[in-house]
Amino acid sequence: MSIDQPPASPPPAGPPGGPQVGADEWVARQSHRQEQLPAWLRPAQQLAGRVGWWPRLAIAALVAAALPALGLGGFQLQVGINALLLAMLALGLNVTVGWAGLLDLGYVAFFGFGAYGFALLSSGQLGSAGIHLPAYLSLPVVMVGAAILGLLVGLPSRRLIGDYLAIVTLFFGEAFLEFTTNVAPGTLGGANGIVGIDPIQAFGFQLTSNTGYFYLLLILLVATMAALRLLDSSRTGRAWRAVREDPLAAASMTIPVSRVKLMAFAFGAVIAALAGTVFAAQQISVFPPDFNTAYLILIYAGLILGGAGSITGAVLGGLVVVITLDGFLRSPTEAGYIFYGLIVVALLVKLRPWRKLGGVVAATVALGFAAHAITGAISASAVAGGPQSSGWIASAVRDWVIVPASPKAAGNIGFVVLVCLLIALVQARGWWRTALLPPAIYLAACVWEARLVAEPSITRQILIGVVLIVMMNSRPQGLLGSRRVEVIT
Amino acid sequence: MDFFVQELVNGVTTGALYALVALGFSMVYGVLKLLNFAHGDLYMIGAFTGYFVIQWFGGPSALTIPVPLLLVIMLVLAAGLAGGLGVAIERFAYRPLRNAPRIAPLITAIGISFFLENSALLLFGGQTRVYNTPDFISLSSGLSIGPVTISTVQIMVLVLGAALMISLQLLVNRTRLGRRMRAVAADREAAEMLGINVNMTIAVTFFLGSALAGVAGVMAGLMFNQVTNLIGFIVGLKAFTAAVVGGIGSIPGAMLGGLLIGMAESFITGYVSSTYTNLIVFGILIAVMLLRPSGLLGRAQLQKV
Repeated sequence: MSIDQPPASPPPAGPPGGPQVGADEWVARQSHRQEQLPAWLRPAQQLAGRVGWWPRLAIAALVAAALPALGLGGFQLQVGINALLLAMLALGLNVTVGWAGLLDLGYVAFFGFGAYGFALLSSGQLGSAGIHLPAYLSLPVVMVGAAILGLLVGLPSRRLIGDYLAIVTLFFGEAFLEFTTNVAPGTLGGANGIVGIDPIQAFGFQLTSNTGYFYLLLILLVATMAALRLLDSSRTGRAWRAVREDPLAAASMTIPVSRVKLMAFAFGAVIAALAGTVFAAQQISVFPPDFNTAYLILIYAGLILGGAGSITGAVLGGLVVVITLDGFLRSPTEAGYIFYGLIVVALLVKLRPWRKLGGVVAATVALGFAAHAITGAISASAVAGGPQSSGWIASAVRDWVIVPASPKAAGNIGFVVLVCLLIALVQARGWWRTALLPPAIYLAACVWEARLVAEPSITRQILIGVVLIVMMNSRPQGLLGSRRVEVIT
Repeated sequence: MDFFVQELVNGVTTGALYALVALGFSMVYGVLKLLNFAHGDLYMIGAFTGYFVIQWFGGPSALTIPVPLLLVIMLVLAAGLAGGLGVAIERFAYRPLRNAPRIAPLITAIGISFFLENSALLLFGGQTRVYNTPDFISLSSGLSIGPVTISTVQIMVLVLGAALMISLQLLVNRTRLGRRMRAVAADREAAEMLGINVNMTIAVTFFLGSALAGVAGVMAGLMFNQVTNLIGFIVGLKAFTAAVVGGIGSIPGAMLGGLLIGMAESFITGYVSSTYTNLIVFGILIAVMLLRPSGLLGRAQLQKV
């Protein structure tokens, strides 16, 4: 790992005859141990370093705004809306989890609260004629409500730390689901949810098209990012980070720890509720399962993938997760690009020198053809299935992967063996790891073509779980985050 | 009154199940200070193992081996599989994170739980599997004391649960292994310096705790008859709270907490409404955690700096 490499340049020499004044020696040395990207990525890093954060935000916003005009429509636009929603939710979660370090597992309930709040205030659900508030009234009401709810849920954080807080908030999330499913079915709709919600309307103007919601979400997202950026460097932002690193030390520096924690909860809740209102208005309906634990874990996956603690990371992570899972995994052909692409990229990044990389690839290819030929010679039906996906990748691997005529049972066994093999691969060291790689890749391809491609919705959930496990074990700072200086006690 | 006693019996049996799962949770929390969200899913794996054992030996109505033998095979296999899986999870996912910030293993645990749930969905499908216990353990064969009936399965759960808990208590308090586990729980570094094989001890703890969850899964399958890939989540949640209510890290506490939650659930279902059971139980749990985070039998810990 890069952290073990010697510093790129010697630490700045202090004034002769004594230690440097004003800088902790150890920290000064650490600042030189910044992460080294691979050589071919370094020019991009330098270029990005020259452009400030605000211009970058503006450029990204302009590019995103141009997308619908460039012909993004229908299904793609819906994926875009989902992606922006998740990015927004990951931003809010970043405040509570990434900055303040409070593990909030009931976060999705705030999203649901926003959605249900907006639904009640802009549909025929309450009273005989219903309430149909314009957006400039209903949005503030919902957001203030969410802030109060956030404070209430955050109250336990005054006493409970870490795991206990996680479990109390998880109960809160489950209680929200139970509440919306079972309590007051006349008003909240029970399992049937609330349907027929008004679109967002203000001053006689109604937002009805998906393009409109895309732009609304984009504006809200950019505004939230800007606000959080200012907040990050403010007194409150610094207080959050201080509390995350060491509550006791923060308290002795006169930071009001409890109040700061409550603020983090309230901020996260407000952002989630804002996303919820747009979600309800765009979907025209809300149902309790929209806010279940699976969605919570999706938000976490986005945040962790991008890097908790970083605004850009949270947004990019959210976008990437939704675009990959919703956009590409739906169609088997595009899912194949993602799957084989990820394998190739992982090999390119992780395997050095080139000779070893070439050896592994050649061994994998040879192993596949040999295994296919031998299995085919023994039993024709064992290779009769053919890939479950379609497209040019499927035809390219047709004579390479083994897919039996009834792929389900074989695929299941293969999946279990693959998981065992991957665990062994992680545990193995040195030569053994290289030797295990080709069979693991080959088996992964077989299981993919036999089983996973045919079950995109389950594959998607499995991938989310894998992302959380792998990221936490190999890159806890996320794809974009930089390694924090950790003081190990 | 009869109704009350009947509900009490049902509550105690459910509580015994929760207590078994809670024990594993509590042990793992004791040695690693880690909230193992995947623990409930090991219970699910145990329940599925039991189901497939029944299918393997001819199905519930045409068993090819005697029922006691079947039960032993189910329990042993489920305990072994869940225990082995628990050890693998610890080795693969938690050990590299021992010195990471607290939040990292928690999120990993959530990821593992999600992975296990959906792998089970992939492997076993989404439909509810039914044990059909009445086909091989007759419903009328239990005890009936006046109007109160206790089915054979309930008796079995109570006896086995009590036996497991007592032997675990003895194991932790009376054996060398138990002493090692307590030492690791008290202070991992000091234990290591005294020559205790910490990794081994943690692995054994994971095995025992996960095996208990697997056993509980089989018993739940026998009692409630239904197995899906999602049964683990809520049970894991309740079991953790049982551990917290009783005082985390304390074995009698986990048993007490499990029994209390089982009874609370049973009485709410019986006297109030089954629709609101989960909501009210969650409310009680949140209240207990807020008012007495150290639990009923636990001692408040001083925070070390």
